Amino acid sequence: MKKEGQVRIPSGCAIAAVISRKGNKMSGELITNAMKPMHDRSNGLGGGFAGYGIYPEYKDFYAFHIFFNSRATRKDCEQLLKESFEIVQAEIIPTRKIPAITDEPLIWRYFVSPFKSVLKSLQIDEKELVARTVMMINTSVNGAYVFSSGKNMGTFKAVGFPEDVGVFYKLEKYEGYSWTAHGRYPTNTPGWWGGCHPFTLLDYSIVHNGEISSYDANRRAIEMFGYKCSLQTDTEVITYIMDYLIRRQNLTYKEAASIIAAPFWSTISSKDEKEKQLLTYLRTMFSDFLITGPFSIVLGFNGGLMALNDRLKLRSMVVGEKDDKVFIASEEAAIRTMEPDAENIYAPSGGEPVIVKVEEDI
Amino acid sequence: MIINAENLDYKALNDLIRSSSEDIQITNCCGHRFIAAGMENKSVTINGIPGNALGAYLNGGSITVNSNAQDAVGDTMNNGSIVIHGNAGDAVGYAMRGGEIFIKGNAGYRAGIHMKQYKDKVPVMVIGGYAGSFLGEYQAGGLIIVLGINIGSKKILGNFPCTGMHGGAVFVRSSCDGIKLPGQVTVSPASDEDMSLIEKHIVKYCGLFGCDADEILKEKFTVIRPDSKNPYKQMYVAN
Repeated sequence: MKKEGQVRIPSGCAIAAVISRKGNKMSGELITNAMKPMHDRSNGLGGGFAGYGIYPEYKDFYAFHIFFNSRATRKDCEQLLKESFEIVQAEIIPTRKIPAITDEPLIWRYFVSPFKSVLKSLQIDEKELVARTVMMINTSVNGAYVFSSGKNMGTFKAVGFPEDVGVFYKLEKYEGYSWTAHGRYPTNTPGWWGGCHPFTLLDYSIVHNGEISSYDANRRAIEMFGYKCSLQTDTEVITYIMDYLIRRQNLTYKEAASIIAAPFWSTISSKDEKEKQLLTYLRTMFSDFLITGPFSIVLGFNGGLMALNDRLKLRSMVVGEKDDKVFIASEEAAIRTMEPDAENIYAPSGGEPVIVKVEEDI
Repeated sequence: MIINAENLDYKALNDLIRSSSEDIQITNCCGHRFIAAGMENKSVTINGIPGNALGAYLNGGSITVNSNAQDAVGDTMNNGSIVIHGNAGDAVGYAMRGGEIFIKGNAGYRAGIHMKQYKDKVPVMVIGGYAGSFLGEYQAGGLIIVLGINIGSKKILGNFPCTGMHGGAVFVRSSCDGIKLPGQVTVSPASDEDMSLIEKHIVKYCGLFGCDADEILKEKFTVIRPDSKNPYKQMYVAN
């Protein structure tokens, strides 16, 4: 299997998301269907979904979804996991055999809990241990790739069209209060299973339509903080930047948005004094994490999601709502598929984050 | 002829449109791309949400959308008319070179990017609400009219309007106070002569969407044109 970076494919993408502000559950079938009218934005080289609230019976355990090339790799990787985590459940992720999805790796999920003794000896908290473990497996265990590692959430991705990927993973059997989706049209790099979206670390997941011109500058900056970009895929770096800014720097989602899609200095100069000060501080302090080039992204996290366009708005993204639900998609057609009577359809401005949180604690 | 687009892909839908000699009503449209691309002589009415590049290369006839439209409406259209009873997405009227587009509501980013004109071919785009950033970017000809009807607290134009503009005119129903414009354009209150260029288009807009043209025309308009004394000076950089 050729990996990202070994082949160049000239290039688009589709994203969609839905969340219930009341935390009401929706089956994965809704989001799978939303991808159908946007079929032509993808080219069959990748589709994927992230569902939140889907593992209520294991909600206190980190859910690792892992691709393995072989049985031997799985054994090695499990051995490694067992050094730091108690595995309370290990199982093959159920899939359907369908003609549209072929050449699948071994696809497993583990519900794990970190050993207190390990945390104590490393003097880190459990999220940091999970993040480090993901980095370690993805860079040093050849043929193993952790593609989901959050609590009570999970990512499902494959090479194929997104509507087929949803059928492949039996997403209609999962119930989540929030879903994101991606249809891939790879720019620059080949379609392989690990390179599909969403890209996740802990409960942060990113689906992205676009191409980051600042990728290498962002990669060099984030690798200073212990993250490893092993896939030469631009979207991966956004996930790590969001984890760094939000989990490690304790910034708000809005502040993180003002960093990665920082307004132009000319726009900042027209703001009132307080906002000017804040925006100037963020742009100066975190200048390495300004992401340039076209993007529309949805960041999923436990309890909410955030949609954001690059500051020049070089990609399309529309938002709509109906009752407790908020819908986001590259095209209004996708929103209408999920909810024909969606209201207040609008296109947020470039760099204007749309942050939706579930009202109660999930 | 009525076409139910529910189980058709965009190619099958467009084949049906092309092969019909009658006017067409499309129902259950949902993201079908390239509708009526290159069409010359029919009238197409769309119910549901049309996909990107609606009326691309349109060369005559008319398209009516009874909802919002997505991105790149009227890309490189040469003739004919497109009427949208809702909002339009990004890059509406992209490289338009003739014909007219009427949008009841708002337009997204980059409306009228690289519109152009030649002799009697003068494209016209009327935006009823507000226009997103980069309106008339690289505009080389044609008329863009922004009316700002029912926009509440939204600014009538987004950031960076008329960047790189070197032909045509943008009319804005506003004094344009507080709107930053680039150095290579001239900004002035619209004169009676200026208004005579756009009156008929506003009357047509009001006829289509049911509003009072006199009320609209009562307000002051601003006209933005390239500074033709030295059109290439400081288009993007000081040189």
